[in-house]
Amino acid sequence: MKDHPAFRIGKRTAGYLIRIITLLIATSIVAFILVKLSPIDPVQQYTMGMADVSEEQRQAIADRWGLNDPPVQQYFKWAMAALQGDLGESTIYRRPVLNLIGEKFLNTLALMLTAWVLSGLIGFTLGVIMGVFRRTWLDGLIKRICLVLCSVPTFWLGLVMLLIFSVSLGWFPIGLSTPIGVASSDVTFWQWLHHLILPAVTLSFMQFANIALHTRQKMVDVLESDYVLFATARGESKWSIVKRHGLRNIMLPAITLQFASFAELFGGAVLTENVFSYPGLGSAASEAGMAGDVPLLLGITLFSAAFVFTGNLIANLIYGVVDPRIREGSSGG
Amino acid sequence: MHFPTKDSFLAVEDLSVSFHRYDSALEQNDLKVISDLSIALDRGEILAIAGSSGSGKSLLAHAIMGLLPPNASTTGSIRYNGQQLTPKLQKQLRGKEIALVPQSIAYLDPLMRVGSQVRGTEKGIKVREKQQRIFKRFGLAPEVERLYPFQLSGGMARRVLVSTAVITDAELIIADEPTPGMHITQALEALKVFRELADSGKAIILITHDIDLAFEFADKIAVFYAGTTVEVAPSKDFRTGPSALRHPYSKALWEALPQNGFRPIPGFQPYAKSLPPGCLFAPRCPYKTAECEEKIPPMREVRGGCVRCIHAT
Amino acid sequence: MVDNSVAVVPTRKRFHLNRRAKTIVISAFIGAIIVAVFVSGMIITDDMVAANFAEKNLPPSFGHLFGTDWLGRDMFLRTIKGLSISITVGTVASAASAVIATIIGIIAATGSRWLDSFINWFIDLVMGVPHLVLLILISFVCGKGLTGLLVGITCTHWCSLARLIRAEVLQIRTQQYIGVSRRLGHSSGWILIHHILPHMVPQFIIGIVLLFPHAILHESSLSFLGFGLPPEQPAVGIILAESMKYLSSGMWWLAVFPGALLVLIVVLFEKLGDNLKTIVDPYSANE
Repeated sequence: MKDHPAFRIGKRTAGYLIRIITLLIATSIVAFILVKLSPIDPVQQYTMGMADVSEEQRQAIADRWGLNDPPVQQYFKWAMAALQGDLGESTIYRRPVLNLIGEKFLNTLALMLTAWVLSGLIGFTLGVIMGVFRRTWLDGLIKRICLVLCSVPTFWLGLVMLLIFSVSLGWFPIGLSTPIGVASSDVTFWQWLHHLILPAVTLSFMQFANIALHTRQKMVDVLESDYVLFATARGESKWSIVKRHGLRNIMLPAITLQFASFAELFGGAVLTENVFSYPGLGSAASEAGMAGDVPLLLGITLFSAAFVFTGNLIANLIYGVVDPRIREGSSGG
Repeated sequence: MHFPTKDSFLAVEDLSVSFHRYDSALEQNDLKVISDLSIALDRGEILAIAGSSGSGKSLLAHAIMGLLPPNASTTGSIRYNGQQLTPKLQKQLRGKEIALVPQSIAYLDPLMRVGSQVRGTEKGIKVREKQQRIFKRFGLAPEVERLYPFQLSGGMARRVLVSTAVITDAELIIADEPTPGMHITQALEALKVFRELADSGKAIILITHDIDLAFEFADKIAVFYAGTTVEVAPSKDFRTGPSALRHPYSKALWEALPQNGFRPIPGFQPYAKSLPPGCLFAPRCPYKTAECEEKIPPMREVRGGCVRCIHAT
Repeated sequence: MVDNSVAVVPTRKRFHLNRRAKTIVISAFIGAIIVAVFVSGMIITDDMVAANFAEKNLPPSFGHLFGTDWLGRDMFLRTIKGLSISITVGTVASAASAVIATIIGIIAATGSRWLDSFINWFIDLVMGVPHLVLLILISFVCGKGLTGLLVGITCTHWCSLARLIRAEVLQIRTQQYIGVSRRLGHSSGWILIHHILPHMVPQFIIGIVLLFPHAILHESSLSFLGFGLPPEQPAVGIILAESMKYLSSGMWWLAVFPGALLVLIVVLFEKLGDNLKTIVDPYSANE
């Protein structure tokens, strides 16, 4: 029973889940403390723009929010509510945070998913090409491009994309995910796609260089390994080796890297969404930070951490299921 | 018989291999790891190559198969079946006419099941049956072919590695340390397989640490020291003992065997970076004279063997 | 003849720089460029980038290499000044980050096993929140501006270097001379100061240089989003954020040149870090 692969994987996953839960709880505590340290008065923030709010009314709001309670009590109150799906109300959107995150995340997900798939495919292909043609001019050229891309700020790349494809060529709209004057529910799929392409391409540009460089390194390691030397000694051709041994051995690290890159993906989305005025979680995060929308900021922090940990969990699971060294353990038959 | 001739099946003549590499000051320099090495081998023969680690044994195997890394350069000649082994020919022959039995499990793809690695790129029922026959012969259970390399024990791994060469119909098999880690009966079984293969007309090079086992199965033994051969002798001379051997190093090697007194040789094999000017063994040799330190002695024939020593009789 | 078709390269006798010397020369050159940008940025006074309505919206020319903006300010001078600020922020933040990384790395490697796994868990925690979200959060807490920027970048960039230093210290601790020193009766603190810390100096310096590109990219990103420096300071992120308003009016030079120069500086820092690594540890560079 103990040697059964399912048991092994189950144990691994359970261990990792516990780690994630402790990390999420810690994230919520740290974020909560940070926000409490902020000099910005949430009541002030909330009542901004409301016509004459009296001191009593302010006190009433503060009482209702529990701002006069001790911080620990405040945290538990907030955390309990959060567990029941109540993350409070956004002060800028005047809507429940969870509801808002759900809606915005769909937009962000479309953007990130497109970029994620694109960058994965491009990065993996380029990495394999570089690895196979290592130390040739082709490898050098692609490597150099990737290294420079790693030094390019996302938002500047977005600006340049806008300049070229929207301003000069006029192929894509300059901003906003829906055309001005059209209600978001009336947007056709094509209009939506039209607004998605440029940000998604920009975001994938920020990701693939890293993936390509990692894949290259793995491919070089494999192709210079003893087992590839032996495959050569057995008369296998270069292409057979790349297919039979190369891809087999670099696939797993590549997929893992893909799932472990959720954090950078999310960070990139914040910038991309701001450049292209794309209405996702990323622009919401910076709006919340700018306007001091504490519930929204806390919600997004927690949500993004959960998103990143989920990626790590999936990466871990895949490793456990796919890699025979973990799946079947070291008990030889 | 020990000098390479036109008719030798495999003839390695004056082979030198050097690596160029960067040292810590990022300065390029060359490192000669094999110098003026000559060996010959005929069909039906097993040549055992003995010598301590770092004497260039594995590199010789890689040089014959054309597997040296790109920063290596070679001089001298290798002839196979009367033809110069050019990189192009090596590419055609390896895995088909020349097979390698590698040193360790690191030479197997960690993520591929053992069976399909032994079968290689060939597919079909025939290869599968052949592989299963070979596994059976080596005492490998049928389920072994479903295992991954990391699940094999040391002895199982060796037998799998030997199987990869046996499954090809190679004429020349180079086995790099095929026996360590095997149980003595398994080692004997593996060596018996090599003997049978040789008797059926194949040529075998056996690179090994276990010289005592090699005496029993090999036809002749080449002793390597610091990147070159110091003596090539029929294996019966090794069975006889030091009196039949020619080079002081071979004698010392014999005496260092556990069953012969376990007397270690004082000193160290010189590193390729700081080779002595004359005879490579001179710094450790009890019979050394001033003449020995002048130039590397040439190979010469003595009593039906070859030796690289000016004092040998 | 067996010829692996790689010629044996004879050691060249004529004058040449070996790779190490070449690497040092290139590094010095890169260092000089960065210092030059930094110093010129400090020299540029506010008058030199003051509004000049006579020269509004000019495309690039010899008079104004990067053109002028809607207030007639010279974009080249503004960019250099902005880069100078960014270099300052980047250097201070990566130095502070490297200090934290060194301290935490050494604690993890020398402390109890429990402490080590706690630090590991904590690093997972910091890496779990996307950097930019964490930066926004910290910046919000510190009330935006320079403080938030410095604290944020310092707090988010030490993780990978800390792991590196932890591994390095663990490796040094297994060395024989540490054991000898311990048997000679030296205390752990003595060993730390005399044997371990000196080994950390190159790691530390390379760490700063390699952290810098990330620091400056995050600095400009945060400034771009409006969390960093106040708009009076022409940090490159702010220059680019402002340029967004003028994109559709065809003033491409406002965005293209400042960004390109920023990329150049980041690339130079990456290169400098790589070179320093080669000089300190030549074997890592044999690839």
